[in-house]
Amino acid sequence: MTVLHGDVAWWWPYVFIVLAGWLPTDVWRWAGVALGGRLDETSRWMVLVRCVATALVAAVIGNLVVYPQGPLGDLPVALRIGALAAGFAAYLLAGKRMIAGILTAEAALFAGVLLSGA
Amino acid sequence: MTSSYSPETLETGDPSQPGPRWFLRGVRTAISLPGLLLCGAFIGFAAIARDTGLTLVEAVFMTAIIWALPAQIVLLGAMASGASLPAAAIAVTLTSVRLMPMVVSIVPEMRARGTRPWVLYLLSHFVAVTSWVLAMDRFRHVPRDRRTAFYGGIGATLVSGMLLVLAVVYGTAAVLPPMLAAGLVFLTPSYFLFSLWSSARERASHAAMLAGMVLGPLLHPLLPGFDLLAAGIIAGLGAFGLHLASERRGQGG
Repeated sequence: MTVLHGDVAWWWPYVFIVLAGWLPTDVWRWAGVALGGRLDETSRWMVLVRCVATALVAAVIGNLVVYPQGPLGDLPVALRIGALAAGFAAYLLAGKRMIAGILTAEAALFAGVLLSGA
Repeated sequence: MTSSYSPETLETGDPSQPGPRWFLRGVRTAISLPGLLLCGAFIGFAAIARDTGLTLVEAVFMTAIIWALPAQIVLLGAMASGASLPAAAIAVTLTSVRLMPMVVSIVPEMRARGTRPWVLYLLSHFVAVTSWVLAMDRFRHVPRDRRTAFYGGIGATLVSGMLLVLAVVYGTAAVLPPMLAAGLVFLTPSYFLFSLWSSARERASHAAMLAGMVLGPLLHPLLPGFDLLAAGIIAGLGAFGLHLASERRGQGG
């Protein structure tokens, strides 16, 4: 039984979102305002914080591509990874332009489906 | 007229224009390519939320009060996999740490003489990658004491625009052809990858990203509910180790 699919009170998902989502997120924003300008952004401690936070979001990216929900999951995993890699290469080649990366990744995904004859 | 602005800020805007005018300029600034890309990511989020079993009202509520897409995806994953509330809260806490340095760097840009603290605390809720990138890019064209109004315009536009996108897509995602729906969901990881890579400051963050992208999926079947946490800590510490090693090498040679 989970928060989403179990037999729980209608308000429980909202309490879950507030306590496990809103509070742990906005607390960092408030800390940022409180510290604003007084924190040395180049300190080692901040580098460590950025590394862990970045790696965690990167793990989210990896899971979204390898274990997606819904129709994206019906496509071959190699195609999903390959399309993101192609988009990443295009993004770097285009001088870190997001639009180039996103268009290439999407084009590669569609091309892969058409070529594999779905 | 005396000026309290720091000399290095280039001010091309007219400070005599009232706050509401600058709020509207913020609105116009938000309607941009980064804003459009964010739409793509939220279209993906709407489809993911729907497939995971979140109701539209829950998805809208979550977006309005969290306003950080990676945190929302992490929370959604935790809710779907049956993680306990403390485990979900810890994962979201670690995901959202990245917001603190962003707020730390934007607040000195936004604070003018006489800016009340509660205004800054309120506006800090809007800080996420897209609004941060837009604001840091445009602030030098905005008079210092109008920047809070300007940023309010950017933030309010992005939030209300994405809530609208969410409502529309949630209702139509079911009738989309599967290939199109797959392409829309694919927008979210693409947007995360490129925006995160662009905003990374040091090489260690890039190393952390590559390691995290590989470790996340590897640990997912091994540590259900704790995969993100473990991947973030292991990959983050590893990248930090590389950072320290390269620092030492830099000092030695």
